[in-house]
Amino acid sequence: MTREVLNARRLLCPLPVIRTQDKVKKMQPGDQLEVICTDPGVMQDIPTWCRINGHKVLELLSGDHEYTVILEVGDDKLNKLPIDLTM
Amino acid sequence: MISGGLDSMLAARTIQEQGIHVEGINFFTGFCVEGHTHAIREKDKAKPKRNNSLWVAEQLGIKLHIVDVIEEYKNVLLNPKHGYGQHMNPCLDCKIFMVNKAKQWIVENDFDFIITGEVIGQRPMSQRKATMPIVARESGADDLLLRPLCAKNLPATLPEREGWVDREKLHDITGRSRKPQMAMAKDFGIDEYSQPAGGCCFLTDKYYSAKLVDLWKARDSREYELDDVMLLKVGRHIRPQPHYKLIIAREEGEGRFLEGYKKDYISMKCVSHQGPLVLIDGTIAAEDLYLAASITARYGQGREAEQVEINVLYQDGAERCLQVKPMLEQDIPKAWFI
Ligand code: SF4
Repeated sequence: MTREVLNARRLLCPLPVIRTQDKVKKMQPGDQLEVICTDPGVMQDIPTWCRINGHKVLELLSGDHEYTVILEVGDDKLNKLPIDLTM
Repeated sequence: MISGGLDSMLAARTIQEQGIHVEGINFFTGFCVEGHTHAIREKDKAKPKRNNSLWVAEQLGIKLHIVDVIEEYKNVLLNPKHGYGQHMNPCLDCKIFMVNKAKQWIVENDFDFIITGEVIGQRPMSQRKATMPIVARESGADDLLLRPLCAKNLPATLPEREGWVDREKLHDITGRSRKPQMAMAKDFGIDEYSQPAGGCCFLTDKYYSAKLVDLWKARDSREYELDDVMLLKVGRHIRPQPHYKLIIAREEGEGRFLEGYKKDYISMKCVSHQGPLVLIDGTIAAEDLYLAASITARYGQGREAEQVEINVLYQDGAERCLQVKPMLEQDIPKAWFI
């Protein structure tokens, strides 16, 4: 397990989400990423992004106009359903 | 393609209803309205700052891939083959560009076709009967581009012809009315969705477009960086002379946002009274500093004072103090406001 830090200060949403997404792509399941931001929107957007993409938010921290999200990379294998034409 | 609005949400849902695995893709051009100004402005703090496309994806239970196209989008904005809409919005070229990116994405990620929420006649420039085949053809997506909301009014696409999708269960919406979409949302049990009044993109905004054109004219170049695009969304912009303009924070949140640019721009702030942070964009000569400082003073608490003290901070950290008389409101020509 490795832990990395992503500086997303001064970026406005959705850029912190995009940078998180691109960073997570290069990480392994179980790795942790600490994303440090100044846009309060990340407190909502990164957890949403984690939920829909199968990653886990470990901690949300806010203080002095900085917002930090610590997440754990999930097993993000594509799991496509077969086409079902019976519906 | 998920924009965060209702139409693409319904389009995706229509296809999901047929048991087909759908994932969302969303493009960030830098001009998207999404949350930005809300995130900056203090007065908007109470409003939810959610990203609509992420929210829609969560409602649909699908993954969302957000793609940064800031750099590539420059060519779309600067050289639109099909021209601009009412303002600086190159909608048709933009659509073609995005569908083309989606086409590349499905090839790389092993997906079969593209769904958009387009409706014939919904938008005057990019969603007309005549433009539908142009988008499909010029994007290279051809008949892999399925528009579930109006598919029955268009020739069958490959997914329909091959039977991957049941054409009978697609829709035939046309025109600008939102009623069919609202009825469909109700049927699907979707009772919350975003309906952005001014669209999802700053390029359709008259004032934003004017600021963008002003910037290009002043610089004698249409090059731009993401920071330029962002700064046009923030503050009051006043151009007293062609070679520089002032960006004046309108409230605390904007002031904090502009603080982040103090290393890149000359900035001014009143030190004898409360006042906003002001960035100077352009090349300001020493003799212009007094004029800029007196405008800066006009927007602070010392606006009625005989004299105020303005601190000028240069990018390298050097500072200078100016004593100026605040400019009177009526002395600032209307033409200076961008
Ligand atoms: S409104 Fe903006 S994002 Fe939407 S199609 Fe037009 S240029 Fe593109």
